[in-house]
Amino acid sequence: MTAGVSIERVSQRYGTATALDAVSLEIEAGEFVVLLGPSGCGKTTLLNIIGGFAEPTEGRVLIGGRDMAGVAPKDRPTTTVFQDYALFPHMSLRENVSFGLRMRGISRADRAAKADAMLALVGLEGRGDRRPHELSGGQRQRVALARALAVEPEVLLLDEPLGALDLKLRRQMQEELKAIQRRVGTTFVHVTHDQEEAMAIADRIVVMNAGRVEDFGPPREVYLRPKTLFTAGFMGEVNRVPVVGGHAPFGPVAVPDGTLCIRPEAISAKGSLHIGLCRVTEAAFFGTHVRAHVTPLAAPDLALLVHLPQSAAVEVGTLLDLGAEAFVVLTE
Amino acid sequence: MRVLSYTYLALAYVFVFLPVVVLVVFSFQDGRLPIPPFKGVTLDWYAKVLGDDDLMAALLNSLMVAVVSSLVALVLGFLAAHALARVRLPGSVLMRGVLIAPMAVSYLIIALGLLTVFNSLGIRPSLWATGIGHVVINLPLCFAISYAAMGDHQKAAERAARDLGAAEWQVLALVSAPMLAAPLAAAFFLSVTFSWDEFIIAFLLTRFDVTLPVEIWSMLKSGLSPATNAVGSLVFLVSVTLVILLEIFVFRRAK
Repeated sequence: MTAGVSIERVSQRYGTATALDAVSLEIEAGEFVVLLGPSGCGKTTLLNIIGGFAEPTEGRVLIGGRDMAGVAPKDRPTTTVFQDYALFPHMSLRENVSFGLRMRGISRADRAAKADAMLALVGLEGRGDRRPHELSGGQRQRVALARALAVEPEVLLLDEPLGALDLKLRRQMQEELKAIQRRVGTTFVHVTHDQEEAMAIADRIVVMNAGRVEDFGPPREVYLRPKTLFTAGFMGEVNRVPVVGGHAPFGPVAVPDGTLCIRPEAISAKGSLHIGLCRVTEAAFFGTHVRAHVTPLAAPDLALLVHLPQSAAVEVGTLLDLGAEAFVVLTE
Repeated sequence: MRVLSYTYLALAYVFVFLPVVVLVVFSFQDGRLPIPPFKGVTLDWYAKVLGDDDLMAALLNSLMVAVVSSLVALVLGFLAAHALARVRLPGSVLMRGVLIAPMAVSYLIIALGLLTVFNSLGIRPSLWATGIGHVVINLPLCFAISYAAMGDHQKAAERAARDLGAAEWQVLALVSAPMLAAPLAAAFFLSVTFSWDEFIIAFLLTRFDVTLPVEIWSMLKSGLSPATNAVGSLVFLVSVTLVILLEIFVFRRAK
């Protein structure tokens, strides 16, 4: 069971503060969508509106074509994985996972079988009799996921589910989430402020800022061809070079006027957009690459951040002839 | 210094428990008066008390009133606490205050008020009337204990339960109450002990069927006897047992 979600001009205001400003989105059935943005951008508010925990001030939400106005969370085809897990401490894992089925009047034997299958899906096979307090944070997160998936929702909502885990576990859970989503085919709407997490798991990323959608597209597109300066900066480090009248500070460029955005790893000796000779002002070895700050000789006031290959032997003062391989020009 | 503090501790305990010890000791008095000198040990008074039908009936009445009124107070107190902890209502501070206020009113005043109200409503003094009185005195306690125990932890679990399809009564019965099992049990047992010991409300609001404290009082009217000591010791034994059970099954588990 899976369904698409249509969000039509949804606004949410708390007094004079605007949490969401006329947001429209079309999420396809079976898609893994990540709502990405800094804290306070409205991503969690949007998730709460889809889950039915808040009613929008304006606009409407359709799930599988059905208008969700006035439909309580318990009657929506959605379930949520909460950031703080929100497991029931007085129940065993099996009882936790089968809670939603119990609410739907499924017989004890059937729901125990389903719960055990769900626990197996998230890698907790044979632990059905344990209690939540006996588990580590990552395992609790898996139980919360199994519990939400057990009722076979059409849309699964995930509210920063990996936020409380350490980095290594987070990377591992990202891969598992993606694999589980592929297996069950349910639409996943996942909220995070971590752009690496978003790129690791999303089919499409919704970049949000100040209650608006800044960008919506596959990770590659959002990262390489951001539609706004905010997206360009939020998705990763970027060099912003002003272009006025076909001239960048380091010389003429064949691009329209605006802000030339170049990722640090897109600058190399082979780059087609010629920057010219640059002097290295700082360099450090980062393992996968060499991170360096360079200044074009033609523009002493401009500092560019460059990721050079691992093998690059550079030190402060080295002169390099550089160019940009990939870039976008944004006007705002 | 250590000796001094232990002496102080010992004196404090003597001060608190000496009356109880005297009561219990003289319940075994082999004589007609529960006063010194102690003339020897006998269980006659206990046999007499346990064979007294009126006393045993009063004891059963007390138990029934205590358990039923405490259950009612607990359910009402828990529901009120849950509502005020979860929903922001206009005047909720005032409502909380009004719910707790009866704690500060003397039992005598509550009893007189109830007596007046029941009279004007035509409700006769009875065990039911006493039970209602005990709900009045125990509800604030049950409310306060439940309210203090409710935190964001339960709130998150309740939200998850609703998200998974639980109706409001299922959220309360399957998630909120079980998560608060320890404080709710504590509130219940405390209510039972308060109701069990309560005299003035029971005295004014009962007539033919009475509770144990009222029965003991009428025994005292005919003068001192080791029999009253024996009843007192039994009452004390029940209270102590309840407190110990509470300690073992509720507070220890909560840790």
